[in-house]
Amino acid sequence: MPSGLKILLTLLTLGLGACEQAPWNNPYPASESGQPVYYDMFSERPKHLDPVSAYSADEYKFIGQIYEPPLQYHFLKRPYELTTLTAESVPEPMLFDADDERLPADAPADAVDYSVYRVSIKPGIEYQPHPAFARDADGNYRYHALEKSELEGIRELSDFEHHGTRELTAADYVYQIKRMVHPRRYSPIAGVMSKHIVGLPDLKEELKSAPMDLNGYIDLRNHDLEGVQVIDRYTYEIRVNGKYPQFNYWLAMPFFAPMPWEAERFYNQTGMNQRNIVLDWYPIGTGAFMLTENNPNLRMVMERNPNYWGEKYPTEGMPGDREAGLLDDAGKTMPFIDKAVYSLENESIPAWNKFLQGYYDVSAISSDSFDQAVNFNAQGNAELTPQMKRKGINLLKAVTTSSYYLGFNMLDSVVGGDSEQARLLRRAISIAIDYEEFISIFQNGRGIAAQGPLPPGIFGHREGKAGINPYVYDWEEGEPERKSIREARELLAEAGYPNGRNRESGEPLTLYFDTLDRGPDSKAIHNWYIKQLDKLGIRLVVRSTDYNRFREKMRKGNAQMYFWGWNADYPDPENFLFLLYGPNGKVLHGGENSSNYDNSEFDRLFEQMRNMDNDDERQAIIDKMVEIARRDAPWLWGFHPVAYTLHHQWYSNAKPNLMANNTLKYKRIDAQQRERLRAEWNEPVVWPVLTVIGLLVLAILPAIRVYRKREKEAAL
Amino acid sequence: MIAYIIRRLLYAIPILIGVNILTFALFFVVNTPDDMARMHLGDKRVTEEAIEKWKANLGYDKPLFWNAEKDGAGQFTDTIFYTKSIRLFVFDFGLSDNGRNIAHDISQRMWPSLAIAVPSLLVGLLLNITFALTMVFFRATYIDTAGVVLCVILMSISSLFYIIGGQFLIGKMLNLVPISGYDTGLEAIKFLILPVAISIIYSIGSGSRWYRTIFLEESGKEYVRTARAKGLSEKVVMGRHVLRNALIPILTGIVVLLPLLFMGSLIIESFFGIPGLGSYTIDAINQQDFAIVRSMVFLGSVLYIIGLLLTDISYTLVDPRVRLN
Repeated sequence: MPSGLKILLTLLTLGLGACEQAPWNNPYPASESGQPVYYDMFSERPKHLDPVSAYSADEYKFIGQIYEPPLQYHFLKRPYELTTLTAESVPEPMLFDADDERLPADAPADAVDYSVYRVSIKPGIEYQPHPAFARDADGNYRYHALEKSELEGIRELSDFEHHGTRELTAADYVYQIKRMVHPRRYSPIAGVMSKHIVGLPDLKEELKSAPMDLNGYIDLRNHDLEGVQVIDRYTYEIRVNGKYPQFNYWLAMPFFAPMPWEAERFYNQTGMNQRNIVLDWYPIGTGAFMLTENNPNLRMVMERNPNYWGEKYPTEGMPGDREAGLLDDAGKTMPFIDKAVYSLENESIPAWNKFLQGYYDVSAISSDSFDQAVNFNAQGNAELTPQMKRKGINLLKAVTTSSYYLGFNMLDSVVGGDSEQARLLRRAISIAIDYEEFISIFQNGRGIAAQGPLPPGIFGHREGKAGINPYVYDWEEGEPERKSIREARELLAEAGYPNGRNRESGEPLTLYFDTLDRGPDSKAIHNWYIKQLDKLGIRLVVRSTDYNRFREKMRKGNAQMYFWGWNADYPDPENFLFLLYGPNGKVLHGGENSSNYDNSEFDRLFEQMRNMDNDDERQAIIDKMVEIARRDAPWLWGFHPVAYTLHHQWYSNAKPNLMANNTLKYKRIDAQQRERLRAEWNEPVVWPVLTVIGLLVLAILPAIRVYRKREKEAAL
Repeated sequence: MIAYIIRRLLYAIPILIGVNILTFALFFVVNTPDDMARMHLGDKRVTEEAIEKWKANLGYDKPLFWNAEKDGAGQFTDTIFYTKSIRLFVFDFGLSDNGRNIAHDISQRMWPSLAIAVPSLLVGLLLNITFALTMVFFRATYIDTAGVVLCVILMSISSLFYIIGGQFLIGKMLNLVPISGYDTGLEAIKFLILPVAISIIYSIGSGSRWYRTIFLEESGKEYVRTARAKGLSEKVVMGRHVLRNALIPILTGIVVLLPLLFMGSLIIESFFGIPGLGSYTIDAINQQDFAIVRSMVFLGSVLYIIGLLLTDISYTLVDPRVRLN
């Protein structure tokens, strides 16, 4: 081998950092080889890591592992069930009437003046090591009154030399609830909670005129919140207006995680913001993990919290969980991994290839790689392709607690309103737009056509024949079957539009569909909708626009038909049915009822249902509500997406839990197996490079010969 | 020359004001402060009160250009345009609408961009000039023809193809380098090899053809014929005379590129997961973060102006006949 080539290859090898047996294409440091590190990706950078502001899955992916609200969802049990996290027990609301007399737990909602949730937390839980808690020898906080000179050389949180901790107390939970109405914080649920938590609106008014330093710091300990009180070091109470059984679900969300006052005191100092050392960027919690690298443009790294209190893996699950190995770790102290590395992947192709190389432990399936990963068998069931099976990759499927629907604006003069004509028109369209086909074409089969507003897994949802929408489907041979287009045409004729033309004027019926323009891919979807309505002779005009304009149209009620979706905050039917509750209308009340649907009977039943416990009576009311909604058809119920997730064989304790935000602590990685398989799958192949270099040299040689010849030629 | 530089810098002020007005107008034609608030606060359960609070805290509750409710200078100064723009002229970029220090973010994100851009530029330049000189040396031979054909092929292929193909072939099939990612220090090298190589290969087609044209034009001039008549070797003619006299157009092209190098390459950074400045502006536009957008456009304009000034100055260095008056 020529010496130059040797040098080149040596340099290449050194440059690649090919240490010992690590594959050359390993994107992670060699020091992590064989370690219980979990590797995952994210595509949307989190906007907020402050639990009072964060409200999206991209943010909960991180803060869910760091902050610990009092409750959480059971990892294994289905339907989703609340269990304790830092709380000693799931609080049972104490109901009181207007005379402060205690009422029985099954008291009717209208008799209840307020409910009290008493939360007792486990003693001995400590915060992660953090400079906010660091004290000097005299017991004073080291970093609570920093001078400018003390911040010199500080660029990141890790640059602070001293760290400390302290025990979690009930006061920290109360402090966080007060933060919801801090004048400088933006909590998306401040409005909702102001309606429920006694005294929150008053505190908001009080804080508007409270003394605040230049950095926005208000010592919230000095401001009382009437409805939220510390009872003792480990107990606090929340007083909620009326009866609100869903409140416990909120207690499982990071909005209700603890926040030590020291954190606000520490971060709200002059010079911290200039260094981007802010609470919204550097969380401080008691969870199993702590954020040690926050670079959302590259990666987010969480490491085991050395002060973690040691929650145990669940000992109970569902039938089949034990056989699936999901209870192998029952009773063991979590977490099972030391570190989790989340890398930013803007593009799906590199992300997918890195998953196949073993550099990500789990992966979603993008439409680009769907055919490579999944086949549908003769029965129409999704299964992994032979290539995936050979690699030992596993597929997990779970119906999401989400609904994607096509809504009618009920304020519109053509498709909206309570007239029989409009109702029949909406039903005809409901039959004509074939969401089974939509799911097949645009979702790769990853979805189930919705029969109503409630997705599977939510109380009130009915399976089988009892669960079908009789206005759109028939029950045929044990399956729901969409009614024929002939029936849709008959309904359309009854509605006054035979063959898609206005019976009186003879004008063709033209409808307008407002939707988001997501680039070239949207075009096919828009054309599909046009074809669906063309089956009825209806002309559909698609008005695609950007999200700002779309939202504006929705707010002003200028859309006629639109497509939108909803992800559940918590697994309760109230969280879906409120999307059709009249006083929640978007145009008149600025709420989430985007169709502005307003049915007095539905509203009455909703008000009755929302404060009930899950029992037969509640189911009966939900059945009535769903029937009303199906009959009126303010939405085409659309579909509920099914999430497909792939994971490698070295990853265990994998059970989809779409409500829980804190599942990292359950994950287990067989790092040795991963190391072995990575080395096997990623052996470098050098010979093609050498061949190309050789060919280049061969191509250059004649040129060099000609050059030398010319140089030696005598001038003419 | 100093007077010339000062004059050019003074010319820059109205240009920067104009760019700022244009950026402001274009941004707020598409986005309203309400839209920005909704984007930052999220979709679910956001109230009008929260939107008003966000706007008030960030100063977006003022009129855009003209405040009729104020008197005197306040009509102009108590507006979103003035309050958000004036500090830019002392390079105080302030905080993003998300509350992060923009200067700090830029100082962190410029290095990965430069880590790709600088070697791509230097190695690419060297390769392109060498290849172009070779083609000119062998002009009208099969080597020249083959070189031009190769250039046309290389420049006809989409940059996306190079990226995806390179990742597939080098990263996935041959397992030689990571498909994407980034790290700091020496660890960064393994992540930079592929994007830098792709940037260079992608630039060979257009760069070499352009330089070939310049060199061919120069090599036909009389001073080159004189040099040859003097009996100088072709190596000396090409390397010392042709290359030197072709430097002005080459420099023009390179210096103009400098701000673009600093601002990063969106596609390369996006596909390789490199946390540079390329995606910073795009992310800001997507998140409707006006503070970042105006800062980055302003910075880009300043760099462009400086780049053009440096181009002029560099002319005097490579061509003693040029005088800056």
